[in-house]
Amino acid sequence: MADSKPDNKTILIMARQFLLAIPHCKTLGMSIVSADQSGITIELPWSEQIVGNRDTGVIHSGVVTTLMDTSCGISTVTALPAPEACPTLDLRIDHMTTPEPEKSLFATVEAYRVTRNIVFTRGTAWQDSPDQPIAHAVGTFMRLGTLLPGKMVGKKKKDNQHES
Amino acid sequence: MSLENAVKQARETGQLDQLIDNIPYAKLIGVKGQLVGDEALFLLPPQDANIGNPVLPAIHGGVIGGFMETAAALHLLLFMNQPKIPAIIDFSIDYLRSGQLRDTFAECQLHRQGRRVANVSVTAWQSHRDVPIATGRVHFRL
Repeated sequence: MADSKPDNKTILIMARQFLLAIPHCKTLGMSIVSADQSGITIELPWSEQIVGNRDTGVIHSGVVTTLMDTSCGISTVTALPAPEACPTLDLRIDHMTTPEPEKSLFATVEAYRVTRNIVFTRGTAWQDSPDQPIAHAVGTFMRLGTLLPGKMVGKKKKDNQHES
Repeated sequence: MSLENAVKQARETGQLDQLIDNIPYAKLIGVKGQLVGDEALFLLPPQDANIGNPVLPAIHGGVIGGFMETAAALHLLLFMNQPKIPAIIDFSIDYLRSGQLRDTFAECQLHRQGRRVANVSVTAWQSHRDVPIATGRVHFRL
């Protein structure tokens, strides 16, 4: 049997703690909007410091990359039985349209598949509605084992889990 | 300073400060760059605000990505005939090693510049050029 997911209340607490621990996300003012077993939504407010083009006020694409890397990374806690250190293996962002200036950008991401070593995630960045995506992202994360206070504990091998 | 003049100045002096000053986000994460001969070399000095993992500590993967995208766009600006801010279509990044809190370098290769689309690859490294911490590929609409 697959490992079960934590309950929604635990997921929300873990997601908030995860985000708070990332200094660069504080710099950008990111916050968790929602987090449950279905995935997470993170808000990134517009600010002058993240603009890429001064003439238009549009934010830099690198900020979208950071928002999606963070959201995909934190979405791993919604799918794993316990939080694990999960570095990004790769990330792909498709920019479907230009975000509007002076408006928050939201990312809604799901971890849609967990194997013994990998967490697969996908999501969109949007402003007015999740149905009108600004960008689409796919990210793959490596599972490094459960984090316990003071030490890292490797995962126990389970016979019925697939190797990836 | 107009974009065209900033690009012209960068080509003449080898310094990219004026160009980077026009990009608030590049200033926020601290991107620097210069022309070395006919090649552009980009630098991201370490700063605490760029940390993604405070335990290691390591640079946020998104910052490494943003640095590489900025490098790719500036590289394209410097080497295209009529400088115009390129619009990103897609970005793909492979993370090979964690980015330690130290100088990070990036260099780009313009693989193809068509009439409408350009393809640029980026390599980022710290200790040695042949030990990359990340490789990336960007498509720009021209």
